[in-house]
Amino acid sequence: MIQNHGILRHAAQRLLGVIPTMLLLITVVFFLVRVAPGGPFDSEKALPPEIQANLEAKYHLDEPLLQQYFRYLGQIIVLDFGPSFQYKDWTVNELIAEGFPVSLTVGGLAMLLAFVVGTLVGITAALKQNSPVDYGTMGFAMLGISIPNFVVAPLLILLFAVYAGLLPAGGWDWSVKRMVLPVVTLALPVIAYIARLTRGSMIEVLHSNFIRTARAKGLPEREVIRRHALKPALLPVISFMGPATAGLITGSVVIERIYAIPGLGSYFVTGALNRDYTLVMGVVVFYGLLIILLNFVVDMLYAWLNPKIRYDERS
Amino acid sequence: MKLKPTSSLLILCLLGGCGGEQDPNAPEKSKRPEPVELVMVDGRPDPAVLAEVQVLHRDNGEEPQTLDPHLAEGVPSSHILRDLFEGLTTEAPDGAVIPGAAQRWNISRDGMVYTFYLRRDGKWSNGDPVTAADFVFALQRSAAPATASNYAQVLLPIENAREVLAGDLPPAELGVHALDEFTLQIRLVDPTPYFLGLLSHSSTYPVHRASLLEFGNRFSRPGNLVSNGAFVLKDWVVRSHIELVRNPNYWNADKVILDRVIYYPYEDQSTSLKQFRAGDLHWTYEVPNNQFHWLKKHYPRELVISPWLGSYFFGFNLTREPFIESPELRLALVMAVDRELLTEKVTQFGEQPSYTLVPPGIGDYESPDQEWTHWTQEERNEEARRLYAQAGYSAERPLRTEIRYNTSENHKKLALAIASIWKQVLGVQTSLVNEEWKVFLQNREQKVLTQIFRAGWISDYADPYSFLELFRTGHGRNDYGYSNEVYDLLLIEIAGERIPARRQRLMQEAERMLLETMPIIPVYTYVTKRLVDRHLRGWENNVMDHHYSRDMFLLKSRERGRQAAPAGDGG
Repeated sequence: MIQNHGILRHAAQRLLGVIPTMLLLITVVFFLVRVAPGGPFDSEKALPPEIQANLEAKYHLDEPLLQQYFRYLGQIIVLDFGPSFQYKDWTVNELIAEGFPVSLTVGGLAMLLAFVVGTLVGITAALKQNSPVDYGTMGFAMLGISIPNFVVAPLLILLFAVYAGLLPAGGWDWSVKRMVLPVVTLALPVIAYIARLTRGSMIEVLHSNFIRTARAKGLPEREVIRRHALKPALLPVISFMGPATAGLITGSVVIERIYAIPGLGSYFVTGALNRDYTLVMGVVVFYGLLIILLNFVVDMLYAWLNPKIRYDERS
Repeated sequence: MKLKPTSSLLILCLLGGCGGEQDPNAPEKSKRPEPVELVMVDGRPDPAVLAEVQVLHRDNGEEPQTLDPHLAEGVPSSHILRDLFEGLTTEAPDGAVIPGAAQRWNISRDGMVYTFYLRRDGKWSNGDPVTAADFVFALQRSAAPATASNYAQVLLPIENAREVLAGDLPPAELGVHALDEFTLQIRLVDPTPYFLGLLSHSSTYPVHRASLLEFGNRFSRPGNLVSNGAFVLKDWVVRSHIELVRNPNYWNADKVILDRVIYYPYEDQSTSLKQFRAGDLHWTYEVPNNQFHWLKKHYPRELVISPWLGSYFFGFNLTREPFIESPELRLALVMAVDRELLTEKVTQFGEQPSYTLVPPGIGDYESPDQEWTHWTQEERNEEARRLYAQAGYSAERPLRTEIRYNTSENHKKLALAIASIWKQVLGVQTSLVNEEWKVFLQNREQKVLTQIFRAGWISDYADPYSFLELFRTGHGRNDYGYSNEVYDLLLIEIAGERIPARRQRLMQEAERMLLETMPIIPVYTYVTKRLVDRHLRGWENNVMDHHYSRDMFLLKSRERGRQAAPAGDGG
């Protein structure tokens, strides 16, 4: 009981901490994007001054900076990110609402795939330490980490779409066949990373005293792994997965460009390049909230997985 | 980032050679189905040769910023809007201005009053008639400050447009009036010979008043958007696709053959290329810059390269040293640039070497002749060395300068090549600076840091004036700091001149004046380059690069057994 109470208290404290963090994030980004040279309406075609003035008035850019800042804070309290400067027919909320499910699906599936395959490979390698299997998989994992996805993606497209004709070359319509290549591309480096993490921690755990005890009690090796070794061995993987998941489910600009996927990732880049202030703010705030949320989830998972961590009254 | 140009030969080799030949034995060329021969009956394709499924898959380069015609800027929006809406005038496949929503028109003798007679059978996609009042409403909306259109400068030739834009006059004072239900009168401030062309621009498209009032800024959504063009908006998934279907209420719907057009916003050229190779696209927006040889070899008949109404050049900042008072130095630098080499080895896509500001292909306008352009490159280099020495530079005291460009592989290659040519011919020491787009634009405008910078201009309408006015004192994009009273007066004279031949001579005079003092380094005339499936017909190359889906149609494929040996398929 005491233990649960401790977790709740800790959770509440953590959630309260979100407010100053977000306020800081919003303030820094708000002023940073405006410090960047050039404005949202600069283009190679010069605007007559009358038109420039009309545009600035429409988006309140003619107001003093502090007034704009408080106007924005007022909006963001009710989670209204405002209209996008670049995609004029849409609000930033709508763009996020359309893009996020796509990124969440691709990123979530990639994470799932990466977790399942990565841990399995990692455990196998750890159990067959220093065997050809170990060297083979770890060598492969090293390749997976080092080859950037802008190399892997076009290769996969050439192989599976252009030559074999098995899968579409890109595009998005929520069908499984269009998800396969982007999910795999996105998952590959993460699989590799998780496999190496799992292997390392599994080897460490297998050498620890409580495993020796478990073995001494005569438990079959299978049970030793399943009941005693797995949970602690996954701890580093879990803490890696928090921010990694936030990164994956907010989309990857490279994957989105190459596979022509309408996710969120490109908005971070195009928003910044176009000086689309509201869009940049929107996706950054959204991303910030996600990271905080996922780190929180990781913390909670940690407490559950690791008997050494307890958020009780004494800690 | 600063780069130092090194040996020019090596660089040119690298630039030319890094074309990246992709898998030379790609098998899909032979698999591509062949279209049947086009047979025309009464000026229309014989139904027997048409494909059963008339759905065009068209790559549009990027997500359009908006489908509100009065807020639109940028090429991707314009392509889609041309299918959705129809202005008073429109364009034929070859780019010629032809009647659109207006069946015919009169122009007053002084060229200042246009009277348009609308089609009586013109309808909105919901069946409402398209009336003169719709155009009055639309043009007033386009000019109204509250709309904040960033392309409203297209309206500036219209009486009171500037005052309305500035908020000094109410939109109702715009010089556009409905004389009756189907007659529209537009008054101008200057005779503007290209005005009819402007009326096919999206800023002047009509909008459906009732749906605009009902849906406000959501009026351009699928289901809400009422349009008067050959197609209507069916579906729009941001950054995925935009689907248009045939508009049965379009006045000329009988002639429209395509049932659906699907636009894709593929930002990555190689993604687009792969989609094309996989048979998922009929029309790419562009092709990867570095794959000319590969494309030429594998898709010789699909690769379409055509001149475009744009000039690529570099500009001098005339307000700072070393280019303030040194026309001979500028001319030396301009002459030394071997354009043939640049277009052959660096840009590679058949760009035309350019020696002038105004690109060829605008009506019968001809840029003024410059003697040195007839010389060989060796002769030009000699003259360049003489001028360079005359300007006071030598091997011991070389010119040190800087080329600034916005981040792009193509700009980088060209800047690098030019720098190395100058080094070789004149001994100029050039450093290269690249900048992110908006930073670059701001630096250009401020004219403090820049010396030589990448520039270029692609015009919205086919008139040399669009290029010439960039050098007017106080023009918002006069980043050269060019200022010449006589030139400014000449521009005013051109704007007020209504006799075409005289206007043409004045424009030539203005361009000659510019070229004599060379505020720019002309490099080449832009080309459009894309892959087009051979089943897709009904379009033509035109310098504006405007292609209306309403004119296009798909041929059916030749049956496998009857496939004749394709001529010239040797690669």
